[in-house]
Amino acid sequence: MSTTVVTIDKTRPGIPMARLVRVELRKLVDTRAGFWLLVSIGIITALVVVIQQWVVAAQDMHIQYSDIAQAMATPMGIFLPVLGVMSVTSEWGQRTGLVTFTLEPRRNRVVIAKLLAGVITAIASVALALVMGVFGNLAYGGLTGHKVVWDVTTLAIGGILLSWVIGLLTGFAFGMLLMNTAAAIVLFFVYSFVLPGLLEWGYETVSWIHDIRPWIDFSDAQVPLFDATMSGKDWAQFVLSGAVWFVLPLGVGVWRLLRSEVK
Amino acid sequence: MPVTVPLRQTVRMISVKNLTKTYGDFTAVDDVSFTCKPGTVTGFLGPNGAGKSTTMRIIAGLTPASTGSATIGDVDYHDIPNPGTQVGVLLDASAQHAGRTGREILALSALTMGLPMSRVDEMLKLVSLTPDESKRRVKDYSLGMRQRLGIANALLGDPKILILDEPANGLDPAGIHWMRLLLREYANRGGTVLLSSHLLHEIEVIADEIIVIGNGRIVAEGTKDELLHTAGTFVKAGDMSALANALTAAGLTTTPSGDNGLRSDATPEQIGKAAAAAGVALVELRPAEGAGLEEMFLELTSGNQRDDIITQGAQS
Repeated sequence: MSTTVVTIDKTRPGIPMARLVRVELRKLVDTRAGFWLLVSIGIITALVVVIQQWVVAAQDMHIQYSDIAQAMATPMGIFLPVLGVMSVTSEWGQRTGLVTFTLEPRRNRVVIAKLLAGVITAIASVALALVMGVFGNLAYGGLTGHKVVWDVTTLAIGGILLSWVIGLLTGFAFGMLLMNTAAAIVLFFVYSFVLPGLLEWGYETVSWIHDIRPWIDFSDAQVPLFDATMSGKDWAQFVLSGAVWFVLPLGVGVWRLLRSEVK
Repeated sequence: MPVTVPLRQTVRMISVKNLTKTYGDFTAVDDVSFTCKPGTVTGFLGPNGAGKSTTMRIIAGLTPASTGSATIGDVDYHDIPNPGTQVGVLLDASAQHAGRTGREILALSALTMGLPMSRVDEMLKLVSLTPDESKRRVKDYSLGMRQRLGIANALLGDPKILILDEPANGLDPAGIHWMRLLLREYANRGGTVLLSSHLLHEIEVIADEIIVIGNGRIVAEGTKDELLHTAGTFVKAGDMSALANALTAAGLTTTPSGDNGLRSDATPEQIGKAAAAAGVALVELRPAEGAGLEEMFLELTSGNQRDDIITQGAQS
């Protein structure tokens, strides 16, 4: 008896990247933790704007749109990296990687999809923050009677976006590096809050740290991004410090994710 | 275009060749080779820690092999386009995000594979998860419900090959019966199934071909009939020492077998007569079918336990 048996079809179309990105975006919001993290980003950013306007109005201070944007950078700088961490560590902590990487065994494509989903989230966050900032600035004019100043250029918006994307991707890199949510978040906080303090202290007291600090302090190097005052030297310092604190962990993290055993 | 092969006997859907996986000094999988044919359910039987899961993870491309190869239809798993539509995999039913609903988990897989959402409902129905249950979070699922969800996830893309690691674990007897029918029909339609279990009974009930693995090595393989067929007679009495004496006195040789029983090459009639002559009441007397496999399996399991005791003794 001869029977026709269909074996593996290698000519079938693979999974398009757009579909993988859609899946990764959906995975960011379809759990309670992910959903409320995103909602918190919105709520806390809004709160920051409200509190800022309150203080400004009470003390009759003079501010500009860029001051509002800068105030919002703090909550975004905390939450977006946590989002980045969780988007990758949940595959290990909750072990969903067993399904994710059997449905798409080309792991590099899953990594790219996660990166793109992260960038899209960061762009949406910047847009949301800028809109909230517009309301904040209008409220400022209404409450204080001061002149409303729109001083954020397209270049500065690009700088803010770049900085937030880097924050999110740094979290992503630490997540891949450690593959554990709590450890990666702790590492991120040490990196973003303890390390700058140490470098600041070294800058004041140790002469050689004083000299090299601008070249190794990535968060300091990002400051000119927010007011679009990056000079050629600033970019050089940004690239070098970024290579140490962003590109290196991202590279090692991706390497680890591609090679490690999924259990 | 699908590749068509005329003779089903020559087709090897899953082939594992000289597969070895080591972790430092520990060899989890030791030179394992086997094939799975279309239209059959292959049971991968072995005690916990025998290397079943590691082998299956290597087949599904999640764990790199140290040496040897594992291919599906002669293709490396990593080279299968949209693999979920060609190979259904369930490696651990508990490996799901506890905060997602059962429905959402299937929806994510369907979205990844590019399937319509109606397929999710079909699969939920197939594995008997009610619409109400499918909207609950997986952390509130019993192990049996997770297994059903995992099987639904594996079948979602209508694959021709299924790889299931301990799928019957946590299912009640009715659930095991349901799964046997499901996999039987699937194989009868030409599908290939590789499933693992640490319980002899589950494999006996479901599989056509059996591969027995212990300490990373294949210790026996063949069709169920071949492996279950053991010559001789199995006998058990209330007073086992009296029985042993009676059989020895009658000149019949015996070996211990199964759960405190004896196996002999003699016929049931010879044994019955010898026991009756000595006045020993029997509680069991039957052809020793399956006893051989059971003895081997018990030996594998107890071998592991003995190792544990020795290690503990050495430590203390």
